Amino acid sequence: MAPEVKEPNHFLRIVVWWLVVSVIGTALVVFVLGPGLPPGNGSVEASGQVADNTVLMAISVPVAAAVLVYLVYALIVFREREPDVIVDGPPIRGNASIQLWWLVATTVIVLFLAGYGSIRLLADGSGGGQGPSPIATPAASKADPPLQVQVIGQQWSFTYRYPSYGGVETQHLELPANTLVELHVTSLDVIHSFWAYQLGVKADANPGVDNIAYVTTKGPLQFNIRCAELCGVWHGYMFDTGRVVDKSAFASWIHGEQAHAAPVAKSLPPYSKTYFPDPQRRGG
Amino acid sequence: MSAIAVSVARPPLWRRLVGFNLLTGIIGAIIGYAIGSIVGHAIHAPSLDSFDDIGQNDIAIILGYLFGVIGFLVGLGFANYPIKRMLGHPPTLAEHEDVGEGVGRYFTLCTDHKVVAMQYLVGIGVFFFIGGLNAMLIRTELLQPNTHVFGANQYLTLVGMHGSMMMGMMTSGILGPFANWVVPPMIGARRMAFPRLESFTFWLLMAAGVALVTAIFFGGFQTGWTGYQPLGDQNTAGYDAYIVFFALVGASMTLLGLNIAVTIISMRAPGMTWTRLPIFCWAVLATCALMFLAAPMLIAALAMGAMDRTVQTVFYVPSVGGSAYLFQNLFWVFGHPEVYIVAIPGFGIVLELLPVFARKPLWGYRLAVSGMLGVGLLSFFVWQHHLFVSGINADLRPFYMLSTELISLPTGFTFLCFMGTLWRGRIRFTVPMLFCLAWAFNFLFGGISGVFLSDVPSDVTTHGSFFSMAHFHYTIMGGLVFTFFAAIYYWVPKMTGFNLNERLGKIHFWTMFLAFNSTFAPLFALGFMGMPRRAVTYNPSFQFLNDWASVSAFILGLSMLVFLYNVVWSLLIRREPAPANPWNSKSPEWQLPTPVPVYDFARTPVFDPDPYPYGVETVPARAPVAAPAGGTA
Repeated sequence: MAPEVKEPNHFLRIVVWWLVVSVIGTALVVFVLGPGLPPGNGSVEASGQVADNTVLMAISVPVAAAVLVYLVYALIVFREREPDVIVDGPPIRGNASIQLWWLVATTVIVLFLAGYGSIRLLADGSGGGQGPSPIATPAASKADPPLQVQVIGQQWSFTYRYPSYGGVETQHLELPANTLVELHVTSLDVIHSFWAYQLGVKADANPGVDNIAYVTTKGPLQFNIRCAELCGVWHGYMFDTGRVVDKSAFASWIHGEQAHAAPVAKSLPPYSKTYFPDPQRRGG
Repeated sequence: MSAIAVSVARPPLWRRLVGFNLLTGIIGAIIGYAIGSIVGHAIHAPSLDSFDDIGQNDIAIILGYLFGVIGFLVGLGFANYPIKRMLGHPPTLAEHEDVGEGVGRYFTLCTDHKVVAMQYLVGIGVFFFIGGLNAMLIRTELLQPNTHVFGANQYLTLVGMHGSMMMGMMTSGILGPFANWVVPPMIGARRMAFPRLESFTFWLLMAAGVALVTAIFFGGFQTGWTGYQPLGDQNTAGYDAYIVFFALVGASMTLLGLNIAVTIISMRAPGMTWTRLPIFCWAVLATCALMFLAAPMLIAALAMGAMDRTVQTVFYVPSVGGSAYLFQNLFWVFGHPEVYIVAIPGFGIVLELLPVFARKPLWGYRLAVSGMLGVGLLSFFVWQHHLFVSGINADLRPFYMLSTELISLPTGFTFLCFMGTLWRGRIRFTVPMLFCLAWAFNFLFGGISGVFLSDVPSDVTTHGSFFSMAHFHYTIMGGLVFTFFAAIYYWVPKMTGFNLNERLGKIHFWTMFLAFNSTFAPLFALGFMGMPRRAVTYNPSFQFLNDWASVSAFILGLSMLVFLYNVVWSLLIRREPAPANPWNSKSPEWQLPTPVPVYDFARTPVFDPDPYPYGVETVPARAPVAAPAGGTA
């Protein structure tokens, strides 16, 4: 057997490697990947999600690096160099201070994440559906009543109603720029989910439920709408494109829609938070 | 090896064919289905169906399935013992253990825990391959942004079959084969606490798997494995098969959990105290608790769905007073513990195998135990993170965000114990060890991506997208399936008595590991870019990444063929006898001779205080004495 070699300071080496990888990795994530993170800057809420995703990424990098650097180091340095002979390693059964520090570190990270996420969520609802009586309302909604738009999911399309414009129903979604919008999402049949990707909005459409989500639009933009909850055979075809347009363009569009829909307006059910169609019938 | 065959007179061929076995089980199932169907039609004529007569009477179908399952179990002989006891025969434990050594015993009610474990391994393996084949077909369809191979209906059926097969059948993927085989010798018991129940859970699970496959005869089901209502209520009769399937899986899981939990709690040998229990047994115990606490919730939720479809109750029909939330809520009360039911056994396998191949005691035994129990406990308090954007209990989202993120603490314990065990070890890169190391890599990314989904602002975008799909494939496939293969490569030489080829094993590992990551890593990006789950179409700009994932998935499928080839070649053709302890493990089950006698030990072994005596100079005499050939109970 080779003469006893002084065991190198594995711990120090791993920490140095971890620091190097973490600093480089975090910088790359925040400055290179960060601006490209979803869902982009289509709305105030979407920008908030980008910031949130960037923070999560920045925290993930050192955590992942700690495990990966350790793994790579251990697998190289602690590998069995003479596999033909069975030799046992030292019987180390634990280390109370490492366990304690691990617990402290992970607890701090978790509490920070939960606290940060809650603060961000409660500030403006982050574009998520929050049921009929939302508590996470954007500050602007108190001063100025937001534009209400109802999103109705049914197999297999979304339609939209604008209660402040006589409850007119439209086939496409258009929203005015730089406006706080209160989306009321409901369904006529099964569970759908209204997902406006670039606006950072996702809210389930449940039959008999008024699910409210807030979005503060920015400049003009086209956004993709998809159903994000399996809703039957043609779920894959339940998509649409919406637009955010200037306020004047929105006004002329909605008046055009009102004129266009006037002949059928009388046969529409009156605007309501939820609709109860006939009881479920068996389809094919 | 042949002593048992000598001591037990082999019955003549006609007796073996006529006795209770799989064949009579199938006959019983057919008769039962016919009876159930006739009764169902007698109760409720199709013309009374609410909308129109489409020739599908849900009552007849569900009763047909239930009576069919009963007929199957009676045909297998599960009614014999209760009837004998009712007729006054004395209780007996051994009537189905001395069934000889032939292949026939694998097709019967056998109460030898080793036989049931092999039944589980092969049975679950078959359904795992069917589920995997579904995944290949899904990825074939997703090669192009629009439908080109399957229609929307078939695509959704494939998605639902794949999900249900994997989440239903594979929940017992480690407990069924490996806990049933390994736990008794690990704790010094000769059998499970309820051996007949053990066999019962297996055959129930097989009945469930067949019921799921038969859904295709009723038009499939378009609800995915979650089966949300009221979509399920609207579905054709294929959804009846889904209900029956998951209810049977739930029943099988509940009983399996109870059986193994009782075994670990009450059948430990003298000296096998709680702190000496191998860590795998702790993982199994935590999983069992989740199984029998969570699975009944699933059965209840599905029973209500079945009643909505058959006797016109309205639990899930919102327009007449029911609630669409109710099913979602009940399903995930079961569903979130369920995902830990598939994850925790993986932790147990990894921490059990690591000491063997790092040649060190498990680092932080108590921490590892508390980690598993902590994950199990917390998993009951997080389920509404599946409903963050649904509008249900929106005010509780900060709580569910916190509780979900808290799960990373006990999971972190598992990682710390993993890393600590490697510290200054002498790591041997055997095939099982490679799969365990891959677990750490995969589960790390699975866990970190889970933080994005647990954070509500981030979840608004990632929920229901390919991101969440990639996340749970990293945790379940990367966590459960990799450890499932680790367990196969590790224990199969003891279970079958034959070596698996190591070279093929390494080829299998590397193709599987690389193809797995190459398949699912792009799906994170696709989810971030806005691709929803379960949609047969996607934005054409996503095609490159989808094609990349599909081609990788086909390579992943090929790696499974390498494994299959290895099994066929090594276990059926070459049959190289395995040494009694090829890994030089110090775990009790490896001290038994290969092949293992029917009753495992001659005397109940006495265990020393150290479950992982690696690197300890004096290895105490802990080897259990094998049972004499042809042993008696």
